[in-house]
Amino acid sequence: MQDINKLESELLAEVGNVKDLDALEAVRISALGKKGQVSLLMRGLGQMAPEERQEVAPKLNQLKKTISDAIDDAKAALNRAAMEARLASERVDVTLPVRPENKGRIHPISQVTDEIIEIFADMGFTIAEGPDIEDDFHNFTALNIPPEHPARQMHDTFYLPEKEDGSRQVLRTHTSSVQIRTMESIKPPHRIVVPGRTYRSDSDQTHTPMFNQIEGLVIDKTSHMGHLKGVLKEFCRAYFEVDDVEMRFRPSYFPFTEPSAEMDIRCTFAGDHIKVGEGDDWMEILGCGMVNPKVLAHCGIDPNEYQGFAWGMGIDRIAMLKYGIPDLRAFFDCDLRWLKHYGFVPLDVPTLGGGLSR
Amino acid sequence: MKFTVSWLREYLEFDASLDELSEKLTSIGLEVEEIVDRAKELEAFKVCHVLKAEQHPDADRLRVCQVETGDGVVQVVCGAPNARTGMKGVFAPSGVYVPGTDLLLKPSKIRGVESNGMLVSEREMGVSNEHDGIIEMPEDTEVGLQYAKLAGLDDPVVEIAITPNHQDALGVFGIARDLAAANFGTLKTPNLDPVEGQFESPIGVRLSFPKDVTPLPCSRFLGRYVRGVKNGPSPKWLQDRLISIGLRPISILVDITNFVTFDLGRPLHVFDADKLSGDIQPRLAKEGEKLLALDGEEYSLSATDCVIADDAAPQGLGGIMGGELSGCSDDTVNVFIEAALFDPIAVATTGRRLGIESDARYRFERGVDPGFVESGMEVATRLVMQLCGGEPSHVVSDGNGPDWAKKVTLRKSRVKELGGVDVDPAEMLQTLDRLGFNPVDNGELISTDVPSWRMDIDGEADLVEEVMRIHGYDNIPTVPLPRLNAVATPSVSPKQRRVRTAKRALAGRGMIEAVTYSFLPSDQAALFGGVKPELVLANPISADLDAMRPSLLPNLVAAAGRNQARGFNDISLFEVAGTYHSDQPDGQQTVAAGIRAGASGGRHWDGAGRAYDVFDVKADVLDLLDAIGGPAATAQIVEGAPEWYHPGRSGVIQLGPQKRLATFGELHPSVLDAMKVKGPIMAFELYLDNVPLPKAQGKTARDPLKVSDYQAVERDFAFVVDVDVTADKILRAARGADKKLITDASIFDIYEGERIGEGMKSVALSIRLEPLDKTLTDDEIEAVAAKVIANVEKSSGGTLRR
Repeated sequence: MQDINKLESELLAEVGNVKDLDALEAVRISALGKKGQVSLLMRGLGQMAPEERQEVAPKLNQLKKTISDAIDDAKAALNRAAMEARLASERVDVTLPVRPENKGRIHPISQVTDEIIEIFADMGFTIAEGPDIEDDFHNFTALNIPPEHPARQMHDTFYLPEKEDGSRQVLRTHTSSVQIRTMESIKPPHRIVVPGRTYRSDSDQTHTPMFNQIEGLVIDKTSHMGHLKGVLKEFCRAYFEVDDVEMRFRPSYFPFTEPSAEMDIRCTFAGDHIKVGEGDDWMEILGCGMVNPKVLAHCGIDPNEYQGFAWGMGIDRIAMLKYGIPDLRAFFDCDLRWLKHYGFVPLDVPTLGGGLSR
Repeated sequence: MKFTVSWLREYLEFDASLDELSEKLTSIGLEVEEIVDRAKELEAFKVCHVLKAEQHPDADRLRVCQVETGDGVVQVVCGAPNARTGMKGVFAPSGVYVPGTDLLLKPSKIRGVESNGMLVSEREMGVSNEHDGIIEMPEDTEVGLQYAKLAGLDDPVVEIAITPNHQDALGVFGIARDLAAANFGTLKTPNLDPVEGQFESPIGVRLSFPKDVTPLPCSRFLGRYVRGVKNGPSPKWLQDRLISIGLRPISILVDITNFVTFDLGRPLHVFDADKLSGDIQPRLAKEGEKLLALDGEEYSLSATDCVIADDAAPQGLGGIMGGELSGCSDDTVNVFIEAALFDPIAVATTGRRLGIESDARYRFERGVDPGFVESGMEVATRLVMQLCGGEPSHVVSDGNGPDWAKKVTLRKSRVKELGGVDVDPAEMLQTLDRLGFNPVDNGELISTDVPSWRMDIDGEADLVEEVMRIHGYDNIPTVPLPRLNAVATPSVSPKQRRVRTAKRALAGRGMIEAVTYSFLPSDQAALFGGVKPELVLANPISADLDAMRPSLLPNLVAAAGRNQARGFNDISLFEVAGTYHSDQPDGQQTVAAGIRAGASGGRHWDGAGRAYDVFDVKADVLDLLDAIGGPAATAQIVEGAPEWYHPGRSGVIQLGPQKRLATFGELHPSVLDAMKVKGPIMAFELYLDNVPLPKAQGKTARDPLKVSDYQAVERDFAFVVDVDVTADKILRAARGADKKLITDASIFDIYEGERIGEGMKSVALSIRLEPLDKTLTDDEIEAVAAKVIANVEKSSGGTLRR
């Protein structure tokens, strides 16, 4: 009996002294292995008298369980310590910068074009497009711009070489040429907007020889200047994301509209920042008017039956206004710093439901 | 067009304020660009009385003045030599901006003595360069009066923009007429009474154009001789008028012509009659004929230029500028006044070719009132007689001028139908009447003549505009455009949508969108396929922007070069835009192109970045093709990219030889050398117009998903093949072994080296078998594997590596 108690305390002491899993395994084998001390004692039970066996067997079983539990606990503790040691060794400096990744950007012109299209799509407009290289008829004549008009001069318009028949192709000076192509090829009514590249022979601080315009055209039997104001007001409210925009329509002149107007909106200039919708100043943002009956006639549309309005504005310009971009020329320079700063994240697709601007 | 408010008042009586005037001008289409109101700028500068001026205790040149400002007495330290007790001066209090010195006045201590405000000189006020001392006002001037008013500076200068259809507003009277039509005041008409001639003009007029010239460059010419005039400096009122709008007074005779130009929009010329020989003959110049013009320049004329000549030589460029040799001087005694009509196109053409800007040209090329030639002559004669004396001849003339009379009708209903606002027919009639039309009410219609000064009016829409602009565009009610659909329908076509998708797909791959010019230098275009002569601009903005681009790549490469120069070497740029292949509409292609230069990831603590290679751009272009719904999986990839790519590191994605979808690869080093850009640069071009649109538009349901629950099996093989055998060939052969079972075949190793032998390579591939209806047995797997081996060996000419 005393042997059992003594053995127990000896074995527990051994278990308590082990420092690693290998030593613990050695202790387990010496105690509980086939030839272990506890196993040998268990084997001796067979030779015992039944009475003695009845007394010793439970104690031996208890000893086996006690030692076995102690070994399991020691094993768990050693495992835990080993894990802690490993984790401690795996420490990294989490303040290290992440691996560089390329972040794509959408150019402000594309983003703002998408914003504008989203607004006009809601008002039932579709997108029309046309070629950058135009003929004289579509760019000038059909738009009621006579041959001697200053806009046709070489210092305003880019020309391609003169052909044998004396004609010259031009780089379109406005997207209005697409009005003509649309009205020629599709029967009215029309509700289109036309984004695209346009070209004028101009290069300074605020002009680039290529710029982007968006044109709108509505042709039906009833639309008048009140509707024109309505469309543009809704556009400004949605685009600039303000509840109300005070607008001013001034009589102006374009060969292809009659009556013609220019539209100003209220704004405040505060340093290099412009606040739109309120203030003491006016800012011109577009030209517009009722389509000149001569233009309709050029496209084979009877001006006595159909009428409508058109407008055109600079995409680059209203992008600059909305997003506070100072220099037009930088739009086309491809400076990575500029593109990353003023560009848009590709997932920021403008929608009316999700909000236009970022 | 500039004028002053007092000048306008010569023709318009009105009570409204300057702000109201400005608003009205803009609202009727005479947009105010700027108003300079010196009285407002200088309103704080008032007359003061220097009660006492004593020597500054610490400075010889300074005086300490006690100044009665009308608003209390203040102490001012003043350095002007003429500051003295008892004088009347002009005082600016603290807090005021002094324009001449660009300073904001603040209370200060000057050498220990307090000083508030300033006694100012004319230069400090910005009204002249006078700075010998402070302004001295007459002793009896009342303290507290505004200096600007006393000095006659309270006449605001208004500058308006003139649209091409409003040449009638290029004179102050025309502006007054428009304002009066808008009920802004009462119009006062100028005195146009004829001046009676006293004798026959010794100089005659003869239009001398060939018969076949139409329209006549000069269609009407009136002349009048005035003898015994005395030239000299203009009286103050005339000088003030001209100075107020930025013109320099020269002499009475010259000033009169300038004045009438701006007053009535009627350009004139006055010759020194004694310097003319024979009659005046408006004619076409002889090629190479020379004229010394009033601007001191000698111009070489061409046979299309209209000159005003005498028997000897051209004496002026018709409608543009007079000649120096027959110009008036202080010694001029006899003059010949010209009032003529010139063809706008002829004037514009000559003016542009010779580069002469003049107030006469500006008006004639927009169209000068053909009904005001006689009146212009009478006004000019009267002014010459008033200011220079002299005796006028009868008027001599030739030519009838253009036929300007027009009749136009307006359906009253059209004002509402086009303008969207109800205007009382009585108002329509009144407006047209006040604008100088001669409207007659015919029930539904208004019939009217068009006044001679409104050459732009030729249709009903023009009359609607006249009525509307005077009624006020701001009075048009804003009406929403009726919705066609309760919920908006797509506004973009499938092709347009693909362009938008392409941009966002590429940006999503970490590329940055660029927008570059559609033109570029011809020599760069030459590196990328060249440019046809028909696509080289006749008048480029600069020599290096002369060709319409045949490819998007050169501009992107140039952009990479600019960024490299700024110290940025890792560059991923793309552009989606047009390229140009003929001057017709179908010659424009929509292309998505991109470049990658430098390394992905860049230098980093975890290792250097991986240099971009051809497979980066191949991945870009295949992913892009997939994103826009193109046949990325089935398209062929072959060699044969254009010559601007590296011949061994480039490829073409195509649907057969006639249907190229895209090209990709490393750019040819010689192209980069020619553009002086550091390489290597990877690039791709995807021709969006060539990519077929997905079939079955409108079909939204996907094909059903088929997946297998049976064990999938992967098998690896290695083949030794000739180095020229393409991966595509091997993979196609492997896949072809069993198109149903084999769901994937990929290459996981390529080895070239001694163990394989010269000219050979080892290609290791893995195939994945996915049975659909049962687990595969070993025999079945072996059978497929044997077929893979056979297929690959057959098509590649290689052998399985054992």
